[in-house]
Amino acid sequence: MKRKRVLRLFAVLIAVMTSLMIPMTVSADLGYSYNYDWWEDIQYSPDPYEVVGVYSFEDFGLDVNFKSPDSLYIIDNTLYIVDTGNNRILEVVREENGALTLARVIDHVVGVTPSTFNTPMDVCVDVDGYIYITDKGNNRILKVTKNLRVVQTFTKPTDNTFDQSLAFLPEKIVVDEVGRVYCIAENVNKGLIKYESNGEFKGFTGASQVTYDWIDYLWKKLSTKAQRAAMESFVPTEYDNIAMDDEGFIYACTTNVKASTLRDGSAKPIRRLNLMGSDILIRNGNTRVIGDVQWESGAGYSDYSLITDVCPLDEGVYVALDKNRGHIFAYDNQGNMLYAFGGPGGNLDGHFEKPCSIDNMGHDLFVLDPTYNSITVFTPTEYGRLMFDAIRQYNQGDYITSGETWEKVLAMNGNCDLAYIGIGRSLLRQKKYKEAMEYFELKFDDDNYSKAFKQYRKQWVEEHIALIIVVLIVLIVIPLAIGKVKKIKHEIDIADIFRI
Amino acid sequence: MFAALKKKETYQHYFKTLRYTLHVLTHPLDGFWDLTHEKRGSLAAANTIVILTVLAKLMTLQYTSFLFLHVYWPGINIFLYIASILFPLALWSIGNWALTTLFDGKGRLKQVYMATAYALTPMPLIQFPLIILSNVVTAQEGAFYKVFNSISYAWVVVLIIAAMMQIHEYSLSKAVFFCIATVFAIAVMIFLLLLFFNQINQVISYVVSIVKEILFRL
Repeated sequence: MKRKRVLRLFAVLIAVMTSLMIPMTVSADLGYSYNYDWWEDIQYSPDPYEVVGVYSFEDFGLDVNFKSPDSLYIIDNTLYIVDTGNNRILEVVREENGALTLARVIDHVVGVTPSTFNTPMDVCVDVDGYIYITDKGNNRILKVTKNLRVVQTFTKPTDNTFDQSLAFLPEKIVVDEVGRVYCIAENVNKGLIKYESNGEFKGFTGASQVTYDWIDYLWKKLSTKAQRAAMESFVPTEYDNIAMDDEGFIYACTTNVKASTLRDGSAKPIRRLNLMGSDILIRNGNTRVIGDVQWESGAGYSDYSLITDVCPLDEGVYVALDKNRGHIFAYDNQGNMLYAFGGPGGNLDGHFEKPCSIDNMGHDLFVLDPTYNSITVFTPTEYGRLMFDAIRQYNQGDYITSGETWEKVLAMNGNCDLAYIGIGRSLLRQKKYKEAMEYFELKFDDDNYSKAFKQYRKQWVEEHIALIIVVLIVLIVIPLAIGKVKKIKHEIDIADIFRI
Repeated sequence: MFAALKKKETYQHYFKTLRYTLHVLTHPLDGFWDLTHEKRGSLAAANTIVILTVLAKLMTLQYTSFLFLHVYWPGINIFLYIASILFPLALWSIGNWALTTLFDGKGRLKQVYMATAYALTPMPLIQFPLIILSNVVTAQEGAFYKVFNSISYAWVVVLIIAAMMQIHEYSLSKAVFFCIATVFAIAVMIFLLLLFFNQINQVISYVVSIVKEILFRL
């Protein structure tokens, strides 16, 4: 008897201890990953990505530390780190086991003078394996073979549309499938500079419209010429970075934004440019595609996000890097925020001071932080992988499986709005309208709710048609009958023959 | 007073005056004239309409489809919400009365309140069916909801202006002018109230601190 009691006490003790331990392990990373709900309130979520490694120059066996590195570029399993301050480019290969090993240091090319670089800013590799290097200090873009032999040099356009008094300072570059080169150059605000594959200058593309507010305009009208000259002029925004997705569209981002235009939704820090240079990014999401929508300040950071780099993954998902707040945001092809993570304070793994470049190897993310001269490698956790799976399954038309995957996501994060909507959409495709409506209503998805409700209403009317007709008849006939009876009564009352 | 509640005539009068609001809805000018001058309205009916309006607003909050109204429940205090309807009504009645008495207005405070309450009738009358409507339409058909919703507000405004014309014996332009002036009067009253409560707060904390100090020294 006594022994049983001791056992029970022991069991209770263990239960209490485990219940105490479980929340501790879960809450360890609270605040690192989050998303916004319909009200734009922050809802913390499980981590979609985890840090698998932070690399500095020593890990690559280098003697000289990075000096303001500016760009990362990844193709297949090769990673290029543009070490701008040291005028060199590192080619790093990721092994099967995940280790990063330095393949070679590119600090000169063959067949052109000067053969060394002067502040190289970006690297790009085309489908044929040619490497493109923007050599900003030498005012040129170099196209070199794998063996670093120069095959082509893109220089300052001689066209009149390019202001000849300005130096040609190319910074970021992408190359499309047929070898057309798009580049961002400093001091050029007409958009991206476009070259044909033969090196011919083809004009500018993707310039943004000039934005100004009416108060500024009026103020400018009222001021004198000298005052006006001293003022900031209305110029189109310059892009900070570009990247090309697998469909050949260019993702561009700019940090040239203002708080007021971000608030009213007119600022577009992330754009997706088509061949005509117009912005075709879909912004149907709950929040604006501007990074953080809540700008609470903390130690060493405040104000809005400055999107400094963007990196398209597959299935229309793209990832944006926030230089100001150190956050990373992922959006789906409709502009819904999938998750946000990261944070300021670079001395913690997965936190950044002023990160400048992000690129992907599959679903793994590489982030370059020039303040700490470090490269952080992220890999998706089960939560992040499940979300990717669910999106891919839905895009492939596999709605039932997608719904099941979203169920798993929901089990891990009850605050995941997209999971509710994903399950709802799957139910909608399975013609379970009533259940779908419940899921959509929980997360205020008007459009999908209306779609489900329309079908549900139709079903309901078809099932209850007899009842509806009976009710209608009752509603119409009974008042008519009452009126008739009253009329007859009245006629009887006033009829002469009943008068006495 | 309670003796009156036992008489049948009291109820007959109450329902007659309440039903009169339906006449006022469609004949605002005649209706509001008779409301006070012919004593065809009653305060009890006016209170009933106000209570129904509050009820309609509360039910709207809870039962309207989320397609048309997203309610941030953590931010809702039901008493504050009720006060946000009743308090402006009280301020309006007092402000309007105070202003119009100075400018040849014939209406008394009771009449202003009664007429305003009667003018609120479209609120419960349209809002209750709208709650049901909101639950049987989709977002694409939401225009119906929005139109009826706007009509309910516009109707109230028209009725209030008509009421002001009739009970104060004003012309249309004068009635409109004093409606706008009343809004400013309300603003002034709110300002004075804030000032008053702020000052009272200061006085109380001053007295409390002095008493504390004295108790401490004793």
